[in-house]
Amino acid sequence: MHMADALLSPAVGITMWGVTAGTIAYCSTKIKKDLDDRKIPLMGVLGAFIFAAQMINFTIPATGSSGHIGGGLLLAILLGPHAAFLTIASVLVIQALFFADGGILALGCNIFNMGIFPAFIAYPLIYKKIIGHQPSPTRLSIASIIGVIVALQLGAFSVVLETVASGISALPFTTFVILMQPIHLAIGFVEGLVTATVVSFVYTARPEIPQSAMETRPLGNISVRNIVLAFLTLTFLTGGVLSWYASENPDGLEWSIAKVTGAGEVTGTEQSLHHVLAAIQGKTAFLANYSFPSKQGEKAATEVATAGKEGQDTSGRLGTSVSGGVGSLLTLTMVVLIGFFLRRKKSCKGAEG
Amino acid sequence: MRSIDGTVLDLKRLDLLATGDSIIHRLDARAKVVTTLFFIIMVVSYNRYALAELTPFLFFPVITLALSNLPISYILKKIATILPLALFVGLFNPLFDREIQVILGPVAISGGWISLVSIMGRSALTVGSAIILIATTGFISVCHALNRLGMPRVFTIQLLFLYRYIFVLTEEAARTTRARELRACGKKGLGFSSFGPLIGHLLIRTWARAERIHMAMVVRGFSGEFHSRQINRFGCNEYLYVIGWSLVFIILRTEDVTGILGAAFTGLFS
Repeated sequence: MHMADALLSPAVGITMWGVTAGTIAYCSTKIKKDLDDRKIPLMGVLGAFIFAAQMINFTIPATGSSGHIGGGLLLAILLGPHAAFLTIASVLVIQALFFADGGILALGCNIFNMGIFPAFIAYPLIYKKIIGHQPSPTRLSIASIIGVIVALQLGAFSVVLETVASGISALPFTTFVILMQPIHLAIGFVEGLVTATVVSFVYTARPEIPQSAMETRPLGNISVRNIVLAFLTLTFLTGGVLSWYASENPDGLEWSIAKVTGAGEVTGTEQSLHHVLAAIQGKTAFLANYSFPSKQGEKAATEVATAGKEGQDTSGRLGTSVSGGVGSLLTLTMVVLIGFFLRRKKSCKGAEG
Repeated sequence: MRSIDGTVLDLKRLDLLATGDSIIHRLDARAKVVTTLFFIIMVVSYNRYALAELTPFLFFPVITLALSNLPISYILKKIATILPLALFVGLFNPLFDREIQVILGPVAISGGWISLVSIMGRSALTVGSAIILIATTGFISVCHALNRLGMPRVFTIQLLFLYRYIFVLTEEAARTTRARELRACGKKGLGFSSFGPLIGHLLIRTWARAERIHMAMVVRGFSGEFHSRQINRFGCNEYLYVIGWSLVFIILRTEDVTGILGAAFTGLFS
């Protein structure tokens, strides 16, 4: 579920960075304010534990494949939501920097998708509600499984939203949803089962750990209504920003509409929207050349024109693509030459010194 | 799935590379973090069919790589390991986007294939720059840099803890799995029933360890902060590095450099 930079647009990436940075700042002040400093090393070491535990596999019966623990909900059960969120975020930072599991720009999205949902939705709204005040083994299992499934479903869905809003992948929204949700239902079930066994083990061995996480949590005082309200606001805010940018990159559907209608009204609105965006971008400087829609307009126009003068048109397009290709070859040669030159110079210097 | 020992070795190798000494290594971490982030944003800001426009962006990783004395084959191998993943996520584009964009003689290339190659290129560029950042800077310096750029203190300290204990705990996990595999006699015993208690034990040992660590730290005067001796200065070189590269990226982003170059070159012969 780790998203890569290559499928993100800067607008989506930066928006999600903002949202995640805000949540990290909020959780950090929260922890600083109402916790003893004992929790900080604990969070760090448990993060390392999750990292290590994710490498230990078990064989899934009947499928021959292997699975491992997810960790989001488990951390929330052990540490409470705020500390868990920070821990998940730091595990994701390490994974992005050292193992290229998810990109640097995509970190905002990844922390949001894999941190917010288990810590602030699944744990307080599902796990805690099901488990009640007297946890029994059955309740524990049900709470863990449902909690993990819900967290993963929400996470997978926001992966779809972020990818489609970025407009780099050509995968249509519905196909992507159909691909993502069932797979994560299965993964969620297995992960939930594992989480349940580990949690029940901890409950028998050190019952005070999850108990204290549940009792001392400041979130216990905040009503569910407030959390839901905060989330709705957040969703509308990000949704608004994202859709504003997303409309800049038309998806496959709009595309085919533009083709079918001969680029009439759809391109018209695209164009006017593009003008507005171009004006804004002109003011906000460096992304000024980010002009996909106008190309789209051109393309749709050429599409209409193709019937008449196909040869001429393709030769024109061929011309631009040839100069692009030649230019890239030249650039590549230069890149390699400069690389070699710098390297050579350095090793010569090293030999002299 | 690679072995746990392999992963730990890989981590250590990247960590060791950062202890090298070169012009790039000596730069303040903040300069490198900011430049890398800006580079990634510029690379991903192109539309999905950008291909030729992306090639000049190779200058940044290649020049940094050449100046920093990193083992090139190792870095390339690390980038190559993620390309299958990029291929997988981009594979849907040729299926859904079949509109012909380029015709080269008898071969017609659809937009989907172009965007697939573009996604692979973006992946290589963004992942490559991230790996080079960590290999020339080191995680601890990146953390301190992020802290000075405004990341909350609690989060920084926690990240540093996490990083320190990853080595300890992954080695413990590696020993545990090796013991389990040796006792499993083939396949039995690697299943679910042994997994829960195994992880549970590891967790409780970890917890006890964290408590001991904390006590030891409190005894030595830990009050919620790490004090580092490192003196980093954001001087002339850093400003030059950040502003220089940013200008290059902005020019590459706003002007179609490859197009101009190619047109000039083909113009010579026609």
